[in-house]
Amino acid sequence: MLWQALTLQLGYNATLVAIGATLLGFAAGVTGTFLFLRRRSLVSDAISHATLPGVGLAFIVMVALGGDGRNLAGLLAGSAVTAALGLLAVQWLTRRTRLAEDSAIGAVLSVFFGFGVVLLTVIQTMESGRQAGLDSLLLGSTAGMLRSDALLIAAGGALTLILTLILRRPMIMVAFDEDYAAARGLNIRQVDLATMGLVMAVTVVGLKVVGLILIVALLIIPPVTARFWTDRTERVWLLSGLIGGASGFVGAAISASAPALPTGPIIVLTGFTVFALSLFLAPNRGVLAAVLRHIAFQRRVHLRQGLLALAHGQPIYERYTVRLLHRAGLSRPDGVATEAGRARAAKALLDEKRWEILRAMPDHEAAAALYDGMRPIETVVTRDQLAEIDTHLAAPQEVPA
Amino acid sequence: MSGAEFVPLSLTPILIGVFAAIACALPGNFLVLRRQALIGDAISHVVLPGIVVAFLITGTVTAWPMMIGAAAAALLAVLLIEAIRRLGGIEPGAAMGVVFTTMFAGGVLLLERSDTSTVHLDVEHALMGNLESLIWLDAFGWGSLLDPVALAGLPPELFRMGLSMIGVVAFVWLFWRPLKISTFDEGFAQVMGMRTNLIGMSLVAVSALAAVAAFDAVGSIIVIAMFICPPAAARLMTNRLGAQVGWSVVFAALSAVLGYVLAGYGPLWLGARDSVSAAGMIATVSGIILGLAALFGPARGGARG
Repeated sequence: MLWQALTLQLGYNATLVAIGATLLGFAAGVTGTFLFLRRRSLVSDAISHATLPGVGLAFIVMVALGGDGRNLAGLLAGSAVTAALGLLAVQWLTRRTRLAEDSAIGAVLSVFFGFGVVLLTVIQTMESGRQAGLDSLLLGSTAGMLRSDALLIAAGGALTLILTLILRRPMIMVAFDEDYAAARGLNIRQVDLATMGLVMAVTVVGLKVVGLILIVALLIIPPVTARFWTDRTERVWLLSGLIGGASGFVGAAISASAPALPTGPIIVLTGFTVFALSLFLAPNRGVLAAVLRHIAFQRRVHLRQGLLALAHGQPIYERYTVRLLHRAGLSRPDGVATEAGRARAAKALLDEKRWEILRAMPDHEAAAALYDGMRPIETVVTRDQLAEIDTHLAAPQEVPA
Repeated sequence: MSGAEFVPLSLTPILIGVFAAIACALPGNFLVLRRQALIGDAISHVVLPGIVVAFLITGTVTAWPMMIGAAAAALLAVLLIEAIRRLGGIEPGAAMGVVFTTMFAGGVLLLERSDTSTVHLDVEHALMGNLESLIWLDAFGWGSLLDPVALAGLPPELFRMGLSMIGVVAFVWLFWRPLKISTFDEGFAQVMGMRTNLIGMSLVAVSALAAVAAFDAVGSIIVIAMFICPPAAARLMTNRLGAQVGWSVVFAALSAVLGYVLAGYGPLWLGARDSVSAAGMIATVSGIILGLAALFGPARGGARG
C-alpha cells in the first residue's frame, strides 16, 4: 500500500494531492530559507494563525450571498485577506510601538486565532453551518477531497513555486547582505514584502493539506535542516526546497496509504525525521562530526604532550597518552620511546622552540597568532622565514647521558 | 440579571477566567521584557502530546494525570529547544518552531491513532477549552456562597486555578528584586551574585505551571493571549515595572470578565439565540485592549515619549 502510494498508484485525487504537497513543500522550503536567514521564522506563525478569521468570514459571506460556504477557493481567498491584515498588524506594532517583534507575533496570532474561534462558533449555530467542516482547515485533511479542491491545491502549489523561483535572486541578496542589496538599488522593504507575500501564499495553499497550526513547520524545518549541510546561500535554498518537497511527497504518500494518518502531522514528522538525521549526521555541523572532531583533537593534544615529555626525558603518567604513543609505534608499552619516537620527539621539541622564537618576533604577529601548541611551524611560515628563525636557535648541545 | 441565574451559570466561569488570565499575565510581564514572549505559545502547543500520552497511559481523562503529562511535555520541550539550539547552533526562534510543531504533530497523530471515542478528548477542546461548562450547579443565588453544602459542589478547576494563581503571585512577590534586576540588566545581576540562569529557568518553569493549569481549565487560546496581550498593553502604558505589572493584572481581569460577558450575552443583545466561544472572545477583547494601548498608551513610543 505504501509502495503504491509512493509510486502514485492510489488514484487520481491522491496523486494530485501528492503532487500538490510536493510543490507546496518545495515552495515552502525555498521561501522559509529567506525567513530563516533573516531570523524571522516565527512571523509565519502569526500569518498562519491569522488565516482563521478570514476563513470564517468568507464562509459567512458566501452563505449570506446564497452560495455554498464550503467553496475552497472562496475560503482561501478570505484567509489571504486576514493573513495580510495579521502581517500588517505585526509590522504596525513593531514599527509604531516599542514592543519587540516576538510580542507582536504572539499578540497577533492569539488574538486573530481567538477571533477566528468566535466566528467558528457563530458558524456552528448557523443553519447551513452544521457540517461546515471548517475545522479540517485547522489540522489539514486530504481524505475524501473534492477533485476540484485537489486541482486547486496542485495548481496553487505550482504557482507559488514559480513565483518563489522568479523572486529568489533579490531575496537571496537581501537575506545575505542587506546593505549590499540596498547599495545595488534593491528596495529592501519591497523585497521583504514579496517574501511575506510568498509566505502568505504558501500558508493559504497549505491550509487544506497541512492545516494552519502546522504550516509553519514547513517554513521552518527544511531551511534549518538544509543549513546543516552547507554554508552557501545559493545551495541552502535549493537544498531546503528539495527537503521540503521530499517531506511533502513522502508525507502525503504515507498519509494516503492508511486511514487515521492525518496528512499535516505526517508531513511535519517526516520533515522532522530528516532534521534529526541531519542534526546528528551532517558532515561539518552535525553532532557526530563534532564528537569525532573533539576526539581527534584530544588525540593530537595527548600525542604532542607525550612527545614533548619524551623529548624532555620526563615520565608519562597519563595512561591514555602512553597507549596512543604505543599504538603509533612511538613508544614501548611502558612509555619508553622507540627510535621513531625519539625522532618525532626531537622534531616536536624543535617545533616548540621555533614557535617560541617566532612568537617573540613582532614582525610575525599574524603567524604567531596561529599558535595552538600542535600546528607544525612549517605550515605557517615560508622556508626563508624558518631559516631566519633557526638563526636564533642555540648551537646543538651534548645530550646528557 | 438575578443572582439565581448569575451565580450558578456565570460566577464560577468568570472567576476561573480571571484567575487564569492573571496567572498567565504576571509571568508574561517578564517574558515580554526578556523577548521570550513566544514561550507561552510553544508551551501551549506541546501540552497536547502531554495530555494524549497521559491519557494513553492511564486510560482516563482525569485532571492530575493530564496536568502531570502536560507539565512533563512542557519540560521536555524546553530541554529539546535548548539542546537543538546548542547542538545545532540554531537561533532560538527557529529551534522553538521546530520543536513545538513537531511535538504538536506527534500529539495529533497519537490522538488520531488511539481510540478516544469514549472520552472527551480532541484537538478543538484542547485549543478552545470549555470555560462555559464550568458551572456551579449546586448554587441557587448569592446565598449559596455561605452554604457549605453548595460550596462543596464548586467545580474543582476553580480551586486548582486559584491555587496556581496564588503560587504565581507568591513567586513574583518573593523574587521581585532578582527578577527585575536580571530582566533589565543581566550583567549587573551576575555581578551582584545572582544566579541569572536559575532565575530564568524558574521563570520559565512558573510560566509552564501557569500555562498547564490554565490550559486544563480554559484551553490554550486564552493562555497564549494572556501571556502576551495584557503585559504588552501594560508596557505601552508606563515605564515603571511595578505599574506595568499592575496594569497587566487590570487588563487581564478586564479581558476575562468583558470577554465572558460579551460571549455569553452579546449575541443575545444582537438578537441571536446562541452564545459564542468565551475563550475566543476573551482573546479578542485582550487584543482590542492592546490595540487601544498601541494607539493611545502614554508610553507607546519608548522611554523617550
